[in-house]
Amino acid sequence: MSGPSSLPTTVATGAPQQAEAAQSQVQEMTYAEAIREALREEMRRDPRVFLMGEDIGIYGGAFGVTYGLIDEFGEERVRDTPISEAALAGCAIGAALTGMRPVAEFQFSDFMAIGMDQIVNQGAKLRFMFGGKAQVPVVFRAPLGSGTGAAAQHSQSLEAWFAHVPGLKVVLPSTPADVKGLLLSAIRDPNPVIFLEHKLLYRYKGPVPRGEWTVPIGQAEVKRPGKDLTIIALSIMVPRALAVAERLAEEGIEAEVVDPRTLRPLDEETLIASARKTGRVLIVHEAVLTGGFGGEIAARIAASEAFYYLDAPILRLGGAETPIPYNRTLERRATPQEEDIYQAARRLLQRRPL
Amino acid sequence: MSEAVPALSPEQMRSLLQTMYRIRAFEEKVDELFMRGEVHGTTHLSIGEEATAAGALQALRPDDYITSTHRGHGHCISKGADLKLMMAELLGKETGYCRGRGGSMHIADVASGNLGANGVVGGGIPIATGVGLSIKMQGLDRVCLCFFGDGAANEGTFHESINLAAIWDLPVIFLCENNQYGMSMSVRKAMRCETIAQRAVAYGIPGERVDGNDVFAVYEAVARAAARARAGQGPTLIEAVTYRYKGHSKSDQNRYRTRDEIRAWQERDPIKRLTAYLREHSLMTQEEIEREEAAAYQAIEEAYQFALASPEPDPDSLLEGVYA
Repeated sequence: MSGPSSLPTTVATGAPQQAEAAQSQVQEMTYAEAIREALREEMRRDPRVFLMGEDIGIYGGAFGVTYGLIDEFGEERVRDTPISEAALAGCAIGAALTGMRPVAEFQFSDFMAIGMDQIVNQGAKLRFMFGGKAQVPVVFRAPLGSGTGAAAQHSQSLEAWFAHVPGLKVVLPSTPADVKGLLLSAIRDPNPVIFLEHKLLYRYKGPVPRGEWTVPIGQAEVKRPGKDLTIIALSIMVPRALAVAERLAEEGIEAEVVDPRTLRPLDEETLIASARKTGRVLIVHEAVLTGGFGGEIAARIAASEAFYYLDAPILRLGGAETPIPYNRTLERRATPQEEDIYQAARRLLQRRPL
Repeated sequence: MSEAVPALSPEQMRSLLQTMYRIRAFEEKVDELFMRGEVHGTTHLSIGEEATAAGALQALRPDDYITSTHRGHGHCISKGADLKLMMAELLGKETGYCRGRGGSMHIADVASGNLGANGVVGGGIPIATGVGLSIKMQGLDRVCLCFFGDGAANEGTFHESINLAAIWDLPVIFLCENNQYGMSMSVRKAMRCETIAQRAVAYGIPGERVDGNDVFAVYEAVARAAARARAGQGPTLIEAVTYRYKGHSKSDQNRYRTRDEIRAWQERDPIKRLTAYLREHSLMTQEEIEREEAAAYQAIEEAYQFALASPEPDPDSLLEGVYA
């Protein structure tokens, strides 16, 4: 598997970290390597940072993301746990509450359901319940999404569950550069951060700034500018939307692709500005449509001043109302593919102005 | 009481009595306030269980950590909490430990090592394990005491966390307050094994069952566990057998037990037993004991007055504390 042939256009946001990093060295690497690099750099920089999770040591994690880190940092800081997700989540929270900076890995985001009480009822709320007198600087990393034939219990996209919980931050990076920059920000953040990595993205390649490179949590990015329609895409849908934008460009249509990158806190200004500019909005995510985060994005745009600039109703594309099937054909059918996004964009463009 | 004379000075014994009286006085005041409708929500009282909280904390140092439960007022007081700030929290006041955001079920004072009561049964057990990990990784000479009840011993977190603490030799003391009922379910109906302490065998750690109404027995068991933890020998599971006189919460009609059963346990009241010991060993006179009791009720009354006079949180401060 390889990433998109054309790398996303990065639009300068003027953030100081990014300006600084522009001068530093850039290296081509995979999304998984970018995560590993972020972990390695932060563990070298901050002795409080450590990793815990199932099979993350010698095995290197189910997707090989932490491979080799145990050689540099040892088994104290790259800590294999038994298959005990509730204890994994709670243990990371307890360590974070008392001065450490744990990064806990769940083998699949589906298994976060087992640790859900700890994440949602404990980690997310301790600071608030304690009157703002505690900090829980923990990162929960987990792969999400379908496309690997792992069927219904290993393929979900549950980001909306977490985005519904005040106290959590929720991040879904879509490029190697973003995953590194956002992971460094997540580890340094004093709050619990849910860090969701699409498993198909692990092998995508892209340019990644070496050394200090952070992407602020809560900042969307225009991955490709355009004027005819806006495609707001989450996670794996970003490269798919960019490929569709390329195809549309050949037909003379300029699609703007926007990646929220963070769901909580949501950078609605960037999304609203794009909607206002193009007047047509397509929202795409892999998560099941009903209750999916696209509904929240659509509502924010519809409730904003961008409403008066819309030339067509906001269109949402999401996963089918089914668990993810095993069969390859059915699995592809269950989530938006490039062709689906292309057809949806076409439909949206055909709608006459209101 | 324990046959062996505990390694406690007369001052420490008086301090234990003071703590136990304070817990009882606090709980009685809270019960009264709920009855009168002066505080909303619910409350879980630990009247009858004072020896476990007081004895356990007497065996620890001020910089040790605790995690507590929904029935946690006694743990909080034993950890040295300011009664005024506690009562203010129960009344939902801005001056409370948690600025009125947490209430009875979430009182915490992280700065003093009290990592909070918990509204979820078994919710604090993994957190305590993480605190143990934190202590170990930072090389600190501390322990974490994890309170939980017999109900929590059937939660998955109990098994996952004790196993984790065991394999990593974490300095955690898992202290089960077996008060005989998980809400209405008798511990005898809730598990097939005879004791909770024997479950320690499954995790390869020591397990000990003590009379939770004997403050010295609790003290000694926790002191032994703390010494093991500080020596790098890992966690211990202690089961303190005790009893709650009051219902699970204010909605409880006591339909699942008899008055005789409650009365039988009141015969073994932890405060009565301690005061009898102190008198018999001429460590305190009856007059001194009564002075101690009166002082506790007086301190609680002052705390209540402080709480009453304290301001409510500003409604505009609603979102403060959600994020750091």
